[in-house]
Amino acid sequence: MTALEPMTEHEGRTIYRRPLLLSNPTSYCPGCGHGIVHRLVAEVLEELDLGARTILVGSVGCSVFAYDFLALDAVESPHGRAAAVATGVKRYRPDKVVFTYQGDGDLAAIGTAEIIHAAARGERFTTIFVNNGIYGMTGGQMAPTTLPGQRTTSSPKGRDVESQGYPLPVTEILSLLPGVQYAARVSVGDPGLVGKAKAAIRRAFEVQLEAKGFSIVEVLSTCPVGWGMTPTEAMDHLRGAVMDAYPVGTFVDRPRRIAPSLPQPGAAHRSITEGF
Amino acid sequence: MTVVDRPGAGRPRIVASTSRTHAEAHPPDRVLMKGNEAIAEAAVAAGCDAYFGYPITPQAELLEWMARRMPEEGRVFVQAESELAAINMALGAAAAGARVLVSSSSPGISLMAEAMSYMAGSQLPVVLVNVQRGGPGLGSIGAAQGDYFQATKGHGHGDYRVPVLAPSSIAEAIDLVRDAFILAERYRTPVMLLADGILGQAMEPVAPTFRTLERSAPDWILDGADQRRPRVVKSLHLQPEDLEQHDIALQAVYAEIDATEQRWAGEQLDEAEVVLVAYGTAARVARTAVERLRAEGIRAGLFRPITLWPFPAQPLRDVAAEASAVMAVEMSAGQLVEDVRLAIEGSVPVFHHGRMGGMVPSPDGVVDAVRRALAANEEVRR
Repeated sequence: MTALEPMTEHEGRTIYRRPLLLSNPTSYCPGCGHGIVHRLVAEVLEELDLGARTILVGSVGCSVFAYDFLALDAVESPHGRAAAVATGVKRYRPDKVVFTYQGDGDLAAIGTAEIIHAAARGERFTTIFVNNGIYGMTGGQMAPTTLPGQRTTSSPKGRDVESQGYPLPVTEILSLLPGVQYAARVSVGDPGLVGKAKAAIRRAFEVQLEAKGFSIVEVLSTCPVGWGMTPTEAMDHLRGAVMDAYPVGTFVDRPRRIAPSLPQPGAAHRSITEGF
Repeated sequence: MTVVDRPGAGRPRIVASTSRTHAEAHPPDRVLMKGNEAIAEAAVAAGCDAYFGYPITPQAELLEWMARRMPEEGRVFVQAESELAAINMALGAAAAGARVLVSSSSPGISLMAEAMSYMAGSQLPVVLVNVQRGGPGLGSIGAAQGDYFQATKGHGHGDYRVPVLAPSSIAEAIDLVRDAFILAERYRTPVMLLADGILGQAMEPVAPTFRTLERSAPDWILDGADQRRPRVVKSLHLQPEDLEQHDIALQAVYAEIDATEQRWAGEQLDEAEVVLVAYGTAARVARTAVERLRAEGIRAGLFRPITLWPFPAQPLRDVAAEASAVMAVEMSAGQLVEDVRLAIEGSVPVFHHGRMGGMVPSPDGVVDAVRRALAANEEVRR
């Protein structure tokens, strides 16, 4: 399917122009946030004129077919290994723009070691981390990011923190590392938040172009099917319980690479109130 | 006497302990190099663009050599956080068009199995060195050949094959590193160089200059979809009909490799009544055993597969047709011997002699085993 052409001037004011890098309609469930995040990435890459030099590093999960929806060179990664694959791509082609697109099951569970060490090395790629707190692709099982008490198909009585532990705040953890140049958490909960999400994604790619370190944007998103909600209920839940548990904000936006000392404990959390 | 100046910078430099004039008058045609380091330098010479590794005995010197040499050449070196990460960095770099080397030893290779399957499915060329040690589990750090099944029958999941090259000397390892890159790029497949702890750790004289390798410009690499359609490197084909077609295409590649890339070497096979089959370090032992058996009047010969996959089955069958017994000599409980039996197809009695856990068979042990095998043959005949 071909991308829609932008409207011409005489047809009226442009309300929405589909980015040319969005090559195909997505096949995600109604109310899923992936489509929004795909669009934001496509818009940002197009606005920065990076499409022809960008390599997408895919992951395993609902977004495994991201390369079908984004008109970019792409490589598939084994589950959780996107940050290592991206390291290999970017180290060999430092002049290209490289990003991983990973869900929370992929990044925060099986891929924890790879993302932490890529960030620790200050790899010059960008990670778009879509966190919907659940394994959507495999049928809605509990993820490390699942909220306490949240019912999933593998926590049928709700996540019990006594036996199943607490949600993993990956982006806060990564923000402690000097190799991380930019770390922010955003949400697709309403149009205003989507605008801020786009600004963060744009900033992350700009940071990559500065080639000073690792950049990550965690995007809080929805999974109506996995959450057992309608799309509208899921958006309400995202703006409510999910954003209460995962505060949005910019954790790190270093004008310079801060090395070798770690930031003071708490600095990352203070910065949550800054930015947005 | 000449030695390689290991701690210094640059290519292995030759330091002559004698006068400069003497050194000039007698340029060295051989230098002494450790196997791990020779393999690494052979890869550098062959134009390896990127190396990813993780420390593990007995291959650590390979990583260390690359840590120094790759930055000197302005190429990529990353010490990864795990073998899992190392092989996936290799996957990414290979997808981006790099000529990639990865090395490890047995337990680390197990961790790399997942990505080997992905790279086979995605048709990515990469050369992987396994400096085998004793197993199972953490095992020992002694030289072993217990990873034959793993190397030749597939590391990860799914229907795929990987060419496996098995050097039995450091000089041969140098040549096979370059050949491994050739095979990897010719067939778009991972290739394994299967060494062992002795080949990795021993020092042997080798030619001081290694051969380079020309580069092609493949049409599948990822460098940004500029003025062309986007490319995708992947192993996922969700529809079984699609995946079967992909698998059929892969099998056709494997069939071509099997038909054209088998390699083996033979020694004293003319009129051999007993044929020893061995690869790698075990082949060195078997060669000595052949000499001792010949001295005793037993006409022994050595068949040494160099490609373990594709296994040179027909050549072995032809060689064995003249013999009364075939014996696989291995540093394992008996893995190569299964391919030997498949090749022989019951036409000649097949025996096995092996040590395990990092122990190496002795030539006398092989000689005794051959004597017992021939005696057993006689029993059967009577």
